[in-house]
Order: sequence, then C-alpha cells, then structure tokens
Amino acid sequence: MFSVIGKQINIIWSQIVTLWLVFLHLFNKADTVEYPDVKPYMFPRWRGRIILTRDPDGEERCVACNLCAVACPVDCIALQKTEDENGRWYPEFFRINFSRCIMCGFCEEACPTHAIQLTPDFEMAEYVRQDMVWEKEHMLISGTGKYHDYNFYRVAGKAIGGKGKGEAQNELPPVDRRSLLP
Amino acid sequence: MSSLLSFEVGSLLNIAAILVVALAVSVMMIWVERRFLGFWSDRLGPNRVGPFGIFQVIADAVKMLTKEDWIPPFSDKFTFVLAPMIIPIVMLLSIAVIPFAPGVGVIDLNIGLLWIFAMAGLASYSTMLGGLASNNKFSLLGALRGAGQMISYEVFMGISILGVVILADSFTLRDIVEAQRDGWFVVPQFFGFLVFTVAGIAESHRWPFDLPEGESEIISGYNTEYSGMKFGLFMIGEYIGMVVMSALMPVLFFGGWHAPFGLEIGSPLISGLFWMSLKTGFFLLFFVLVRAALVRPRYDQFMSYGWLVMLPLSLINLLVTGAVVLYQAG
Repeated sequence: MFSVIGKQINIIWSQIVTLWLVFLHLFNKADTVEYPDVKPYMFPRWRGRIILTRDPDGEERCVACNLCAVACPVDCIALQKTEDENGRWYPEFFRINFSRCIMCGFCEEACPTHAIQLTPDFEMAEYVRQDMVWEKEHMLISGTGKYHDYNFYRVAGKAIGGKGKGEAQNELPPVDRRSLLP
Repeated sequence: MSSLLSFEVGSLLNIAAILVVALAVSVMMIWVERRFLGFWSDRLGPNRVGPFGIFQVIADAVKMLTKEDWIPPFSDKFTFVLAPMIIPIVMLLSIAVIPFAPGVGVIDLNIGLLWIFAMAGLASYSTMLGGLASNNKFSLLGALRGAGQMISYEVFMGISILGVVILADSFTLRDIVEAQRDGWFVVPQFFGFLVFTVAGIAESHRWPFDLPEGESEIISGYNTEYSGMKFGLFMIGEYIGMVVMSALMPVLFFGGWHAPFGLEIGSPLISGLFWMSLKTGFFLLFFVLVRAALVRPRYDQFMSYGWLVMLPLSLINLLVTGAVVLYQAG
C-alpha cells in the first residue's frame, strides 16, 4: 500500500522536476544560427559549388583529359577537348549540370591538374531549372583556388609553344639515345 | 438599450469584448506556443514575420484558408463537414459562464460548472465524429482513443471539482470566486487541483495527453483526413479549449480576479481584469511548458493511471472535504 503511494509520489515528483528543468531552458541562449542574417562558418574543404581554376600565369588549368567526366558517378560533367595555337589542350566547352551533381568530389580527386575544385559555396538554389546547368564561363574563376603554385605545363614534359622538350622544372634535357650506345 | 451597452454581466458590449478577446487570445496562442516551445528547446521559434514574429499567426491563417479543402470521396460527407464545427462552438459556449472580473462575463448560470462539463463532453463528439466520418482506420483508432479518454477523464474531472463546490456551496462560478475572497481554494483543495490539472490537459487533448492524435503512432489520429480550414477549426477549437481550461483554473482554485496579498490596482474592474488575465496567462504558459517537457504515455498506462490513481485520489479528496465541512458545521 505505502510502496504504491510512494511510487506514485515519485512519478509525480519526477514530472515536476522535468517541468522545472525544461523551464530553465528559457534562460539559455538559443542554439539557432539565424542563417540568412548570420552566415555560418564554412570549412575550406567543404564540397560545394564546383569551379574551374587558372594556373599562376592566368591560363586555364583544365587540359580536357575527361577524367572528371569518367569519375563522375552521375554523369553530370560534359566537355569537349580542343587545342590552341601553342599546342595547349583546353576544353572547347565544359558543362556541369548542378541539378544532377551530388557534390561527391570524385572529379576533384580525379583531376590531374587541380583544375576542377569544390568550394564552400552551398547556396545553389535557382528559380529556373535550366539555370542549374553551368557552362565554362560561369565556373572559370580568375584565381588558383586551393593550390596556388601548381602549373601543369611547367612541370609536365609535354612541349607547347614557348616551352620545348626538357625545359620543364626538374626535367633533364632530352638524351640522344644513340649516343648512349656502348 | 442602455443596459445592453453598459458594462455589466450580459451586456452587448461585454459579450462582444469577451468574444473578440477570447478568439484573439486563442489565435495568438498559436504563435505564443510555437515561440515558447522554441525557447524551451533552445531554439528561437517563429521570429521573422513582423516584430518578434507576431504576424506568423496571419501567415498561418492565410496558409490554412488558401489550402485545398479536400473532402475524401470515401468519407461520410455530412458528418465529415459537421465534426470540425462542433469543437469551436462548444468551447466558445463554455467561455460564456466564466467570470473574468466583477461585472465582466456573458452570463452567470446557476449551473455554470455543469455547463462547462456538458460543453466539454460535447467537444469530444468533434473528435469521435471526425474520426468516424473519415472512414480511415487511423482516424477510427484516434476517435476510439478520444472516446475512451473522454469517458475515463470526465469522471474524475467532475469529482475533483466537487470539493470546490462543497466549499463554495454553489455551482455558479461567480459565487465560487467570491467564496475565495479570504483564501484561495488551492490550499484546502490541493489534491483536487492536481487531479483537475491532469484532467484539464486530458480534456483539451493537449500534450502529453494527445493520444487521439498520437502522430508517432496513428499519423494524426482523428484529423488525418482533414485539410485546410477544417483542420484549422480543430486546431482553433483545441486552442479555445486551452483558454477555457486556463481561465477555469484560476476561477476554481486561484481566487479568480482577487488580487493576492491585497495587491489591488486601481478600480475593482481594472484590478480584476489585470489579475485574471495574469493568472490565465500563467496557466496558458503552463500548458505550453507541459507540452514542451513531458512525454506521451502509452495508451494502457494512460487509462490505468486515470482509473487506478486519479479516480481514487479524487474520491478520497471529496470524502475528506465533505467530512471536514460537516464537522465544522457541527
């Protein structure tokens, strides 16, 4: 009998304590970040909007190797290779359909020249669906993105106009194989 | 005509003022509740529409009114339309007998308390008919729970109040308030107050006793099939019920319009309105706090708690009160 009454008092007391503890939250500061007014801190490695970067000389980094398009699990990247008068490869067009993109970052990992990079921009809503498709001129920025010093044509052995064989960084001049004969 | 426009019980001015204020408070409770639920869970709540988000109510109303008002083809159409109308009407009717201040009130029935119980009993028809007419198994389960809840909680809600009626020797709410001039009934009737609080929450289907809705188990219970303003009527009825219960709590247990510790402000009318609205507001916020803090019990726990704990408690309370009153009478 008394244990039953004690149990009931215990139950009611527990409810009252709960009410009091929740009431005390009135004096806590809200955890809410008032987003459009207060921008949250976005981490530099956040995988958001995709950009195309330029090398330190201001040329396009993308060499249109198509590795990003191959790596893309949702096939949202389309591009076409072409070549300029110096022999540099670059994409004739480069198109990303952001309504398909899942921000997985595989394209960034696949890219051999650090051209395609993901940025902390997450505000990607559009009113018109067609506006989700971005062309190269929309994505190409004037800077180098996350990798400041890398310049593919400076370190690669490929000869282009103004830089012959053996003139890249850490590259030895070409060896005449016939002169190596014993 | 002069008596209709003067400020006394039952005058036209009085009725209009009480109707407008009661409806406005009920509607504003939507915002107050969401805001305070936010504060109590470390959020901000709606704060973007107007100052402090106060026009959120208008935004909600526009949303409700412009939504598609869909009547399911498999439902019983007449009852389906009738059900949401019942609860706001009966809840507004039960406001009629509540005395807000000296000379402020719609009518002083000599069966005031019984009138409120009758109306609260009718309100559960809204739940039952709504669930039944929807022709949906989840709605039916919700209606079933609503009916069970009404039957079990109406019983000891009535009994818990009888102690107050014995002490005041009247069913008229104005007399009950007058009887508390020298001491609030919450002291001699503390257990009655506890039981009535629980029963009042259950009666207005508020959290944590919102078992007829029980959104985690039965979608939204009796109002699953309702949309647009029909759903809005259920909501507004619930909020008016909340206002009725919050106004009834001070009237029955906390001295109504009487000021505590003789802290009268100005004329009896002003002081009465001030203290009554303060006390009512306190209990409105208490309802919200209960929603924020407590979890919903399982249905069988809920029923056994009602019959095995609350009913005996209210009966013992009634017995002791009656014995003491008889002993004092000699």
